[in-house]
Amino acid sequence: MLNITPARVGIATPESSCGSLSRRSFLGSTAAGLTASSLTPSLAFAAQELNILVWCDHADTKLLLPFEEKYGVKVNSKVYEGTGTALSILEQSAPGDWDVLVVDAPDVPQVASLGILEELSEDIAPWGDIFPRLADAPWTRIDGKVYAIPEKFGYYGFCYNKNVVDPADARRGDIAWNSKYKGRIGVYDYYFPVMQMVGLSIGKTPSEITYDDLGIIRERLLEMRPNVRTVGDIVSVQNALVTGSVDVIVGGAEFTVSNLIPTNPHLDWVIADSGGLIWNQGIGILADSSRKELAADFLRWILSPAGQGSLATSECFWAMPASRAASLSADQKAILRWDEQENFLASSHFSLLPEPDMDFEMLDIWTEFLQS
Amino acid sequence: MLAADDASSSRGGLLRNLPIARLALYPALAYSFLFFVVPFLVMFCVSFWQRTRGRMEATWVLDNYTRFFSRDYLVDALYNSAEVTVFTTIISVMIAYPLAYILAFRVPQKWQKLILLTTVLPFWTAYVVRSYSWLLVLADNGIINSALVRVGLVAEPLTLAYTRGATVLGFVHFFTMLLTLTIYSSLIQIPRNFKQAASDLGASPLQTFLHVTLPLSVPGVAVGAFLTFVITIGDYITPQILGGNSEVLIPQAIILQVQRSANFPMAAVMSLVLMVLVTCVYLLFNRHLKMDRL
Repeated sequence: MLNITPARVGIATPESSCGSLSRRSFLGSTAAGLTASSLTPSLAFAAQELNILVWCDHADTKLLLPFEEKYGVKVNSKVYEGTGTALSILEQSAPGDWDVLVVDAPDVPQVASLGILEELSEDIAPWGDIFPRLADAPWTRIDGKVYAIPEKFGYYGFCYNKNVVDPADARRGDIAWNSKYKGRIGVYDYYFPVMQMVGLSIGKTPSEITYDDLGIIRERLLEMRPNVRTVGDIVSVQNALVTGSVDVIVGGAEFTVSNLIPTNPHLDWVIADSGGLIWNQGIGILADSSRKELAADFLRWILSPAGQGSLATSECFWAMPASRAASLSADQKAILRWDEQENFLASSHFSLLPEPDMDFEMLDIWTEFLQS
Repeated sequence: MLAADDASSSRGGLLRNLPIARLALYPALAYSFLFFVVPFLVMFCVSFWQRTRGRMEATWVLDNYTRFFSRDYLVDALYNSAEVTVFTTIISVMIAYPLAYILAFRVPQKWQKLILLTTVLPFWTAYVVRSYSWLLVLADNGIINSALVRVGLVAEPLTLAYTRGATVLGFVHFFTMLLTLTIYSSLIQIPRNFKQAASDLGASPLQTFLHVTLPLSVPGVAVGAFLTFVITIGDYITPQILGGNSEVLIPQAIILQVQRSANFPMAAVMSLVLMVLVTCVYLLFNRHLKMDRL
């Protein structure tokens, strides 16, 4: 694991993007349907504007307004899902259109290798406040350089209806195969983490899963199918849980139900005692940005206690702030299971970084699972 | 009648021969060429490419086609799509035809527009919202199950949501409206004296319907049914929300390839297979697709 040395000042070496952009070229050639107007920020690029390409949790007024008021700037946000989509948008945009990028942290090495992200100064983040497990994650530093700061994280685990489900069953980690919940299981429709969770249930450490392990994971996944009532995106599985069509969501956790709990106190989430699968998002500055100082100020705001509190409790989805100094109320911390974080983080696992062929095979197996 | 047709035909001929009429065609042709023909050709080429090691390689191999047809669960997705679409189309026609018939021939003319407007009111809501609304109706503690359990007809909620039935129901709700419109517009064009003449010649109401009304309304049914088929077979939202991935349909399989692994070549193969199916159905319907009758 790489060490943290918080020392440097300002933005490090604002080199322009370079190197092989094969992935960008590929995406550019295949994203012909996207029009330029839908890809570029809607407002003019005035000096006092910041254009951010982010996940939906960064579009909250309560998160952006304090920054806009403090710096007298306008933040234009575009929400995307999936790193591939972000790369398509960047490819279709003019250099310098975008200043800040939020990205799935495990994708940071890949994105950084395309020359898209600016190398960041160490002092841009309050490393002392960031959970060490995140600060030391393999994608936080690439060859000793930081390209994206961990800003929010969570787990792939289980959400459940407390009125029906014994929390002990969820903590055992095999609830998806438990005959008590036949036909009462909903599954988050994202093959990548769910198949790793299936791997965890048979003792496979996610980061060590290989192509050869996919056979046994497939068998275990297909064994789950009879218990499964629905497989859907976040909104769909939330809906299924709230309307009583399922009692458990596999692959969900704090990001799935936390914002529902205040009005649906019978809902809860947990990870298996043997550990969950960690997800985390990072925030970085684009190498082509012409407003790097302002972008750096935005990163500092996001990583500040107030920014972290707002980001963690976004209207789009709640999740754990990367910083232990985040401003959260006692109720909010309880919903996020704040007091269990040290244990959760210690027992949980980082995601696998698959080869493309393995990724294709996993998607094939997932499609077979859906069709079975 | 013939003279009127000749005059109309002659006017149409004159209009077609005006240079400005021909010029007016070019924007539409250019639009179709740029946004249909060109993307189609690109998609066709991409279907032979390969997605490997994080990039696409412009190869000319049949691997993606082989892969598609050798995977039972992908071929099943095609069958599922066809079945769901056929069910939807048949049920929608069966519901929409009587509705359109009553509207055209039984409802006083002054009320027809108001009732037609009421019929298409659901069109005014967003498609996704409508699908989620159905979910609230069909869920285990939704309106139907709550009522059934409360009156004691069932002890446990019925499995209504996240089934193929739910998917078809969502589609039928939408397409019944569309079909009602196309069938109604076809029915009101049938001269009333045709039915009177049939009756005068001794035909019973059923014979009049079977030999006069139904044949003359076929174009409206065919256009509506074809539109229903095309839109249903390419729809992703309803099977996803109401079907809950209880089975995979082709559009869902395409989305999985694009969204999750950016495998555009495989998605292109599936899209082309879907297009071939739609083309076959078009050829089947072609004889009856008389758009000018609408």
